[in-house]
Amino acid sequence: MSLVKIAGLHKHFGTNHVLKGIDLEVASGDVVALIGRSGSGKSTLLRTINGLETTDKGELVVDGTALHDGKGDLRALRQKVGMVFQQFNLFPHLTAGQNVMLAPTVVKGTPKAEAQDIAKEVLLKVGLSDKFDSYPDQLSGGQQQRVAIARALAMRPKVLLCDEITSALDPELVSEVLAVVRQLAAEGMTLIMVTHEMRFAREVGNKLIFMHHGRIHESGDPKTVFADPQTPELANFVGAVQPA
Amino acid sequence: MAYRFDFAPVFEQTGLLLSGAGFTLALTAVGAVLGIGLGVTGAVCRAWKLRPFDRLFGVYVEAIRNTPFLVQLFFIFFGLPALGVRMSEWQAAVLAMVINLGAYSTEIIRAGIQATPRGQIEAAESLALTRPQIFRHVVLRPALAKVWPALTSQVIIVMLGSAVCSQIATEELTFAANFIQSRNFRAFETYFVTTALYFAMALLIRQLLVQLGQRYVVGRTR
Repeated sequence: MSLVKIAGLHKHFGTNHVLKGIDLEVASGDVVALIGRSGSGKSTLLRTINGLETTDKGELVVDGTALHDGKGDLRALRQKVGMVFQQFNLFPHLTAGQNVMLAPTVVKGTPKAEAQDIAKEVLLKVGLSDKFDSYPDQLSGGQQQRVAIARALAMRPKVLLCDEITSALDPELVSEVLAVVRQLAAEGMTLIMVTHEMRFAREVGNKLIFMHHGRIHESGDPKTVFADPQTPELANFVGAVQPA
Repeated sequence: MAYRFDFAPVFEQTGLLLSGAGFTLALTAVGAVLGIGLGVTGAVCRAWKLRPFDRLFGVYVEAIRNTPFLVQLFFIFFGLPALGVRMSEWQAAVLAMVINLGAYSTEIIRAGIQATPRGQIEAAESLALTRPQIFRHVVLRPALAKVWPALTSQVIIVMLGSAVCSQIATEELTFAANFIQSRNFRAFETYFVTTALYFAMALLIRQLLVQLGQRYVVGRTR
């Protein structure tokens, strides 16, 4: 049974048809890498999975919670789908610990002491247990992004969406964030990530999806897809991002 | 012959002046709390375009910001009784100050709310917070922190503006000063002392709001 099921998904921005019928199934424990040129629809597709983008037509089901033609229980969906953003988007007036505790206490009504335990646990998981009381502007970009991952994990999501989460980082900080993602994948977390880290996608991912002009143009096992692209568009893209 | 300064007749009335100053501060305190509350409400409606309240607040803001405070006060105190709405001079003064500060602070706080980075709201949405929860936990405090200095200045402007409430016989500081001056004819001395009192009160309120802001709005909880 697939954890995430997308069927016939369409999305317009005004007259611009950005998603032209997406069909996708993700099983529990899958690590999916979404790649493609800018404007291909990969970020939009990712953002539809927790309802940050509405859709016009089609079906989206995550662990039994469904949106039909963009309608359904968004908040139930979002409690199952965590998201990490390119720009971290931590709440600047809250400490790392408070950032992590906010959603469990406010959304789920978790008692404060319990939320604090959860926060400590997830901050430990991302290697920042000593930063509980630090404010975002006291942390490096890599640390902020790891807090953002912890914040998403605190809601115990079934699937974690990562939207170019290393693109805003200085090169030397990329690896500490990727290490956390790698560890999550190893623990069986279901991940869907838009990424430009092709090597990482190949090493950690078990499914690669190449988006082109609002469609899934080619998909498969990353190792074979990268080695032997079936379409000229993907061959072109792979050649452009990693010159031989 | 040169004018002989004599402050004694003013200081004889210290009790009256201090009670007037006290009433001015009380008016300002009530006006500020309710006015900023109204401003937060108006700012949310305007910033998040909550129909039809955004339009209503828009009309309200323009009406208040483009008319004199004295006329607003007279309208409430002398005009509304024609509709059967009668108020004491204190009620009218408080209401006028709340309405006036509400309009200005709506626009000030709206600027703070609109400066919230889009990504922070998306992050909160992705964590399944509702819109009211997002406003309360994510948007409000950083928004107030950004505009706190402007809001502080506006509260002081309203405190100073409360002087015109003397015109409907609200017994605040300016009313007390007018009363004392009409008895002792020591206009220079009376208004000099009154000016000094307003100045001191403005400094006091600014300090107080800076401290409050540091403690609850701008500052860090640990």
